[in-house]
Amino acid sequence: MIIGHRKPLEEILKMLEPFDKIILAGCKGCVAVCNAGGEKEVGILASAIRLARKKDGKDIEVKEITLERQCDPEYIDQLQNVAGDHQAVLSIACGVGVQYLAERYKSTPALPGLNTDFMGGSREQGVWVERCQGCGNCVLHLTGGICPITRCSKSLLNGPCGGSSKGKCEINPDVECGWQLIIDRLKSLGLLEALYEQIMPYKDWLTSRDGGPRTITREDMRE
Amino acid sequence: MRMEYPSNVKIIRVPCTGKVDALYLLKALESGLDGVYVAGCKEGDCHYLKGNIRARKRVGYVKQILQDIGISPERVAMYNLSAAEGPRFVEIAREFTEKIRSLGPSPIRTGKGREIPRPGETAAGEKKPEGEHQAA
Repeated sequence: MIIGHRKPLEEILKMLEPFDKIILAGCKGCVAVCNAGGEKEVGILASAIRLARKKDGKDIEVKEITLERQCDPEYIDQLQNVAGDHQAVLSIACGVGVQYLAERYKSTPALPGLNTDFMGGSREQGVWVERCQGCGNCVLHLTGGICPITRCSKSLLNGPCGGSSKGKCEINPDVECGWQLIIDRLKSLGLLEALYEQIMPYKDWLTSRDGGPRTITREDMRE
Repeated sequence: MRMEYPSNVKIIRVPCTGKVDALYLLKALESGLDGVYVAGCKEGDCHYLKGNIRARKRVGYVKQILQDIGISPERVAMYNLSAAEGPRFVEIAREFTEKIRSLGPSPIRTGKGREIPRPGETAAGEKKPEGEHQAA
């Protein structure tokens, strides 16, 4: 899922300064699962915004809505009856949701309430970790199911580098060396010689961000 | 025991403090209450194992939100006591009432603005000198 976390309240309140009637839009997708932008977080943030403004004697009306998803036009459409009556939409979906709102509602400013961080999963209750960078050309079958692009701080395809020490990365002793993990895993799979001994050729990053904004088209699914 | 606690303390019963959501505390403040505290069982004595530990963390989360928006985090608190401690219950009710009374009415009702300085500012609203800030 996409992992995000709420922006500092001070930053959010500054964004909202010019407005006194807004929509606070949550998303029931990824950001609800990582407890950053779901229905509950909408309630808490709306309450915090109202408290902050009432304290200054500048009341604000916050309409709380949580959409099924903010990355599908059909759900974004559900705001069409209310968007025009409000001065801005504060979205606590990921950056995709904010942009979809901005594209759909031309005269209503869409503001980000979250910082969108990465694609990952939960390690334990309250802890989320990065696992994929969306490079567009997966090599997990060659690396024992551990992503060198994400788990290696340098995204090396043939590691580890000299900064690997006792299984940890030089950037931080709490960060595991991605390539140490890969080697250990390949060893336990009995694939070390078959896979690790092969030098991986340089990667074509055009499938990643280097090729500009990406689009996937499925002709069989298009209307 | 027929002990008296301050009449301004209104009790909302929950099955366990683990049921207390951050939003309950915020809504209580939003409705104009000057302060709200959670009275849970002693840590380690929760019948649901971790309810009071969760409540403590949520109280901490709400305190941080209040700090961030300029409302005194002392307006929310967590206390732990057992159901057999009547005198302690009264003592806590009095103690919290006194604390809130000393803070004064909630800025939510008065609209008087921040009641605590921004991080890095002194109470008078002046910025702390850089050196002093770094030394801390």
